Amino acid sequence: MTINEIQDELIEDFAFYTDWMEKYEYIIQLGKEVPLIDEQYKTDEYIIKGCQSKVWLYPEMKDGKVYFTADSDAIITKGLVSLMVKVLSGHTPKEIVEAELYFVDQIGLKEHLSPTRANGLLSMIKQMKLYAVALQVNA
Amino acid sequence: METYNIDKIRADFPILKREVNGKPLVYLDNGATTQKPVSVINSIAHYYSDMNSNVHRGVHYLSQISTDAFEVTRRKIQFFINAPEDRQVIITKGTTDSINLVATCYGRAFIQEGEEIILSAMEHHSNIVPWQMLCDEKGCKIRVIPMNDKGELDMDAYRGLFNERTKLVAVTYVSNALGTINPVKEMISIAHAHGAVVLVDAAQAIQHIQVDVQGLDVDFLAFSGHKMYGPTGVGVLYGKEELLNAMPPYQGGGDMIKDVTFEKTTYNDLPFKFEAGTPNIEAGICLNEAIDYISSIGLAHIEAYEHELLAYTQEKLSQIPGIRFIGTADQKCSVISFIIEGTHPYDVGVILDKLGIAVRTGHHCAQPVMDRFGIPGTIRVSLALYNTKEDIDILIAGIQRAVNMLV
Repeated sequence: MTINEIQDELIEDFAFYTDWMEKYEYIIQLGKEVPLIDEQYKTDEYIIKGCQSKVWLYPEMKDGKVYFTADSDAIITKGLVSLMVKVLSGHTPKEIVEAELYFVDQIGLKEHLSPTRANGLLSMIKQMKLYAVALQVNA
Repeated sequence: METYNIDKIRADFPILKREVNGKPLVYLDNGATTQKPVSVINSIAHYYSDMNSNVHRGVHYLSQISTDAFEVTRRKIQFFINAPEDRQVIITKGTTDSINLVATCYGRAFIQEGEEIILSAMEHHSNIVPWQMLCDEKGCKIRVIPMNDKGELDMDAYRGLFNERTKLVAVTYVSNALGTINPVKEMISIAHAHGAVVLVDAAQAIQHIQVDVQGLDVDFLAFSGHKMYGPTGVGVLYGKEELLNAMPPYQGGGDMIKDVTFEKTTYNDLPFKFEAGTPNIEAGICLNEAIDYISSIGLAHIEAYEHELLAYTQEKLSQIPGIRFIGTADQKCSVISFIIEGTHPYDVGVILDKLGIAVRTGHHCAQPVMDRFGIPGTIRVSLALYNTKEDIDILIAGIQRAVNMLV
């Protein structure tokens, strides 16, 4: 699936939940499904700054595609990073760099993009794109 | 309490009627900033509709009434904190600005290489970083008063920190992260016995307890307008006159001078020496209304009401399974910090927000405090004069709902 196809699927999934509580329960559930980062990478090097909670994100290049593993000490944040991994993992660096992430707004999580939320969703997106750029250069 | 008409008080704060996320707002983040009574809000519109003009400059009518109103605030503050003279009240941008002023002007002139500054382990970053910057510049040293597991300063350790190199003590009156009320009067007298001056950060005290600068014999006192129901962007530095007179200013500009030639400038007298440039006139003038508002209820009444509410909050929260209070000092006001086993403060804060409940989560700009207790942050509930037991009941129900979702 392309990045946009995954985004569209998520938008459809989320449309199912009208109540904020159900939506957050779904996000929490998604957090449990995140491909977990290997413990050895849970270091300061792979931590994402700008989060009230801790987020670790590790990129890996396989057959020209970037795969992310992640974790967080807060479960809502873990759900958010899981969403991002779902959308961006398994794509080429070029696709990741050029991805326009319209789904965040559409699934009603726009508030999490605000700098005051301090959950670092913006930092996550930025870091994932930076990793993609770095891997693209190294490839 | 007969004299405390909570319904009338709540009606004075328009924002308390609004909804957040479809729920009535429960505002429990007063340590970050307080809401404003209608008298303050109206006075801001009145200032711009009726008085707007620069202060301390013009001979024209508007400038005179603006200047008069600005100076009325200064005198109100003087009486509010029992300062000997109104010229000892410097109008600043806020607590941070006030502390930076002392760190820079007093610090550069009177603290030398190898000399020492004592801070407490529970300071807000704004009462740590300016002193670190001074130490980087001058080669002086910071020593830290430790605290016990309840979040109380170790007074024996404090006494032991003094030596002939100790120049200044900077300590918070009330901890923004723990709610501890520090024994500042005793701390000041100990510091004075060692020849050190004391700055007290009263940002979390001024709206809750009566502060008497002469009674405390404090050398410098800093606080903000926006945490005492007043506008943002205005604050106060009180200082002893001989100290303020001896300190050179650090910001040059209009208002702070007597004579300027390209060869030499002579500085203005207090308080203007430290008030370079056009101040936040609107906020300065409208702070007057905030002080009047507090005075109309009376700090003694506010203190008693908030004390009872704090005890109620503490009792209700303690029934939540897995709760751990961070900061359990015997003397506390307004602030309750806690974590709940198995949850991250951030997650709880997000769910509470969805329920219309505003609390603060995180390290509260006091990272050393969090490190001391070995936690990433806390959930902080901070009370103000308009909060009620109903607010707390809604909070408790909200926390229970959050825990059900998160654990």
